[in-house]
Amino acid sequence: MSEHSGAHGDVSVDELTLAEELLGSGTTATPPVAEYAMRLGDDALILSQQLGGWISRAPELEEDLALGNIALDLIGHARALLRYAGTASDRSEDDLAFWRDEPEFRSCWLVEQPNGHFGDTIARQFLFSAYQVELYQALATSTDPSLGAIAGKAEREVAYHLDHAAQWMLRLAGGTEESRGRITVSLGDLYPYVDELFEDDELTDRLAGVAPRPSSLRAGFDRTVASVLAEADLETPAVKPARGDGRRGGHTASMGYLLAEMQWLARRHPGATW
Amino acid sequence: MVTTTAELAEDEDGRARFDALIAADQRIEPRDWMPDKYRRTLVRQISQHAHSEIIGMQPEANWITRAPSLKRKAILMAKVQDEAGHGLYLYAAAQTLGISREEMTAQLIEGRARYSSIFNYHTPTWADMGAIGWLVDGAAICNQVPLCRASYGPYGRAMVRICKEESFHQRQGFEILYELSHGTPEQKQMAQDAVDRWYWPSLMMFGPSDDASPNSAQSMAWNIKRFSNDELRQRFVGMCVPQFEALGLECPDKDLRYDEETGTWITGEIDWDEFAAVLDGRGPANAARLRHRREAHDDGAWVREAAAEYARKQHDSERVAV
Repeated sequence: MSEHSGAHGDVSVDELTLAEELLGSGTTATPPVAEYAMRLGDDALILSQQLGGWISRAPELEEDLALGNIALDLIGHARALLRYAGTASDRSEDDLAFWRDEPEFRSCWLVEQPNGHFGDTIARQFLFSAYQVELYQALATSTDPSLGAIAGKAEREVAYHLDHAAQWMLRLAGGTEESRGRITVSLGDLYPYVDELFEDDELTDRLAGVAPRPSSLRAGFDRTVASVLAEADLETPAVKPARGDGRRGGHTASMGYLLAEMQWLARRHPGATW
Repeated sequence: MVTTTAELAEDEDGRARFDALIAADQRIEPRDWMPDKYRRTLVRQISQHAHSEIIGMQPEANWITRAPSLKRKAILMAKVQDEAGHGLYLYAAAQTLGISREEMTAQLIEGRARYSSIFNYHTPTWADMGAIGWLVDGAAICNQVPLCRASYGPYGRAMVRICKEESFHQRQGFEILYELSHGTPEQKQMAQDAVDRWYWPSLMMFGPSDDASPNSAQSMAWNIKRFSNDELRQRFVGMCVPQFEALGLECPDKDLRYDEETGTWITGEIDWDEFAAVLDGRGPANAARLRHRREAHDDGAWVREAAAEYARKQHDSERVAV
């Protein structure tokens, strides 16, 4: 896995402003597009926040680097998407990240599942990246140029995230008895949150052409997951889906703690800049 | 062990070549003959340096999940990730001298190895992210730029890469403090408080005065070290003075003055007792740093074992296939 580090190892300040360039200036999202961008931006933000918690705690240095790379990619996507979402209501990326309350977050339940141990984090990443690969591939041809540009850049990055997670799925499943046992449980624990990713609703129905219908991404996701699980000699978990409610602002117990930690300092100093 | 005449003659040749390379200010490379003590000195210095990068991730990683803006969060993650990268290059440089990463890791988590004492202080506020970048990375740059010319090739080359990134780290630290010191009164107070806590320990990063630094003379003779501790400390203080002004923050050293005659900065008294205590393991965060490192290592053991076992099985099945 360390061979991937080179390609992503150099992160400079310039790259962090890239999102702005991609968006151009003066593009304002319509309210439904803004709502959609917020869903995607929140997913990326919450997962990045979680992965950031691994840095300095990973099983080996190479993984501090790899998980850090993924977290950085995701926060880049989150910033671009939230900035775009904010144009509809004249709010900045930070207004959206730090000053919304829990029911205003539109992230799915999969990304707010706790880091747990490394296997839990990898299983979460594997499932989510497999979804994101389908999502961004489809979104890259969006009729909305801003969403298309963000997706075009993200597409390559999430393909790396998927590869990284898939490589670890194989290693954990095909490693020791302990690692196989653990990753099997992790996958079963997280699989209930998969269905939520592919639910269509009134918003996605309205956005035909702008955004892919989530249900249309399922077949590609299932193929990817099935092929990795087959190679890992793991079964698709026979578990019942959780009734995820993230797109409407309902969240699981861990979300409150996550937001408290993320938002505390910014909220302690209203009006301050950093 | 019996040393043969032929081996002795080889050592003689090697030593002559080594001395000539040092005298010509050229690089020593991993396969070159080198005195045992040179090798040991480098293993100690490079591995300590690597450990410092790894332990140094903790005080900042502590704020990644609480960074007050998305831009700051991204920059901080990139910075801490760079430190992991620096640790990796440096471990790799030390490995060229014949020590394994496992052995170095064991030395670190068993408390047998040293790392920079500066990381044995806590980071209670966001402004500490600024103070670490500006002061700690600033001091590190003064120490490290001359190391780019260190006589041992792999070390010098690793340092070139590291120094490039460190200057970005210092700049982002200065920027954090600048935003704070030009922000609300509470933010400015936070910045001053952090600088008050980090300034003196940063001066200590250069090590004791030249007359009290036991390893310095030999390292200078071997072109590992290029300037004395005091010279480097001087350079650092000189760099900080105008920057304090730009930040609008006060320098905690009330006795600091510039001596026109010698062209040097005279600092107030540095508390070397504090330095000795932290070095001896009695700093505020020594125990916490080692515990964090050990727990990460132990928690990850099953993952590393899985990766090793998987690699072994792959290797075996490839052999069967052949």
